[in-house]
Amino acid sequence: MKIHEYQAKAILAPYGVPVPRGEVVYTAAEAEAAARKLGGSVVVKAQIHAGGRGKGGGVKIARSAPEATEIAEKMLGMRLVTHQTGPEGRIVQRLLIEETLPIERELYLGIVLDRSQGKPVCMASSAGGVEIEEVAARTPELILKETIHPGFGLMPYQARKLAFGMGIPESAASGAAAAILALAKAYQATDASLAEINPFVLTTDGKAYALDAKINFDDNALYRHKDLLELRDLNEEDPLEVEASRFGLSYIKLDGTVGCMVNGAGLAMATMDIIKYAGGSPANFLDVGGGANADQIRNALRILLSDRNVRAVLINIFGGILRCDTLATGVVAAARELNIRVPMVIRMEGTNVELGRRILVESGLDFTVADGMRDAAEKVVKLAGAAQ
Amino acid sequence: MSILVDENTRVIVQGFTGREATFHSEQSIAYGTRIVGGVVPGKGGSAHLNLPVFNTVAEAVKETGANASVIFVPPAFAADAIMEAADSGIALVVAITEGIPALDMVRAWNSLQGRSTRLIGPNCPGIISPGKSKIGIMPGHIHKPGHVGVVSRSGTLTYEAVGQLTALGIGQSTCIGIGGDPIIGTDFVDAIRLFNEDPDTRAIVMIGEIGGSAEETAAAYVQSCVRKPVIGFVAGQTAPPGRRMGHAGAIISGGSGKAADKIKAMRAAGISVCASPADIGETVKSRL
Repeated sequence: MKIHEYQAKAILAPYGVPVPRGEVVYTAAEAEAAARKLGGSVVVKAQIHAGGRGKGGGVKIARSAPEATEIAEKMLGMRLVTHQTGPEGRIVQRLLIEETLPIERELYLGIVLDRSQGKPVCMASSAGGVEIEEVAARTPELILKETIHPGFGLMPYQARKLAFGMGIPESAASGAAAAILALAKAYQATDASLAEINPFVLTTDGKAYALDAKINFDDNALYRHKDLLELRDLNEEDPLEVEASRFGLSYIKLDGTVGCMVNGAGLAMATMDIIKYAGGSPANFLDVGGGANADQIRNALRILLSDRNVRAVLINIFGGILRCDTLATGVVAAARELNIRVPMVIRMEGTNVELGRRILVESGLDFTVADGMRDAAEKVVKLAGAAQ
Repeated sequence: MSILVDENTRVIVQGFTGREATFHSEQSIAYGTRIVGGVVPGKGGSAHLNLPVFNTVAEAVKETGANASVIFVPPAFAADAIMEAADSGIALVVAITEGIPALDMVRAWNSLQGRSTRLIGPNCPGIISPGKSKIGIMPGHIHKPGHVGVVSRSGTLTYEAVGQLTALGIGQSTCIGIGGDPIIGTDFVDAIRLFNEDPDTRAIVMIGEIGGSAEETAAAYVQSCVRKPVIGFVAGQTAPPGRRMGHAGAIISGGSGKAADKIKAMRAAGISVCASPADIGETVKSRL
């Protein structure tokens, strides 16, 4: 789960990560009040779940409260496009109004899970304020790493190593090291999957601050963080993806014309691949999971068909836990209830496949039954092309 | 022959009385797997599927001589169950459970370091040595005893590959689903090494997917150590970048996580990588 910058800062502050004074606002009037409270000179930051906001015009400096109001008026409701939002961008609905700081240096801090070591790793770099992917590609020697012990957590000496390694002067190093330790503590305590401060800044008076903050949480651990669940902003998520998640379905909208419904993420990706290979393009990724029931199948079809670009549907199920007869019954019921008009190609294999095929054939509905993945992909691409 | 499991493997089921565990235990027993009991804290002394239920894994091991365990315990308790199995001397732990918190797995994974216990999974279909033993949730009937080893990050895509092999009359020595989570026990290299050392496995199929760098690592291992034919596929060639994987994670692991880079590394190592998932069976046939 992703959250906004202001929410991430509110989570980090109690652990001891220094953050600038600031307030989240929803209207220009609130922005003005916040700017006055903060002394007039402020940064106005659009709150969306994507990086690259500055380049897209979502971060502006105001020298006075009236100027902050003016900026807020323009920014609220604007469609902010960054390299992470896609061309459709995001509508800005919240702003963070923050005090300005006398910045001397911009650094980077980040914590992620290292799959190969089986442990979280704390990264630090003297090259902050730019994308860390670029730093890794161009100057990998500028990225320092310390492994976090799963039992003890990050140790103070490791935080000092990172702080001195980034070239932080002695006078500011202990404050910076404390902030690094606090970040690691917050990462573990909240079951984060990513905690990133970019830039992590040093001010001219030798203090360290999280000028930006990003935290992603491990969805599998949210059951034990009920308070964090409240931070979810559904405006930042695709409505169809939200709808799908309500039924335990994993759906991602794409821009092709062949709707697909598959069981298992790997097979779902392979199905997208083979559609492309057959000359078509997938309209979505949709994994109904291992043990889908008739109700989930109906909802899956409804959701993928609500995409107007879908010209044909491919159902590819390798029945293990999900038996083919259960699938066929669900598909027939859904086709009748939803009055589906686009052509459907069904490929089934596995448990009770004969019974499943009989149910499809005897339904009297116009399904195309395919034999194998290649056959299914070729048939559905042809049908999607003919329907265009 | 086969690797890791055969007709002599004695299996206990952790979370035995749950709905999924019950269904799949019945399926496994019907397949011929020697399931010798189960563990459900608080239900010790009772019987389920005509088999004894124990409160602890230690007790189950003592009473049944189990050397393998399959875990169907709910995600919140699954990492603990893995550690309990390892602490009780179980040699092979197969964790089926999906949705275990990553930091729980960090603890469990690190607690296994330096022990002889091998973990498969979590979030995986399990392991099967066709005709001998099935520990997991895969449909047994699509498999056929033979000489091709299969290792995969995916569940149903593994069934797809196995289905293609069996349809062509090509049997399998052992098929392992290593799971799709960030932190897993047995990885590609572990499985490929075992298949490479198994005299009865004549070819190896590895099925990867986007994210992480496990395929690149496996490719390097294949290049330096494996002389048997290796056939591969990577799912997610058309997946939009950035939707399922964190960029910062890819930096740490060194790979880009992209299918194209994985395929390139695998091909450079001499692995026959199929462009289409429908060609896995035929490609194996051509390399045998």
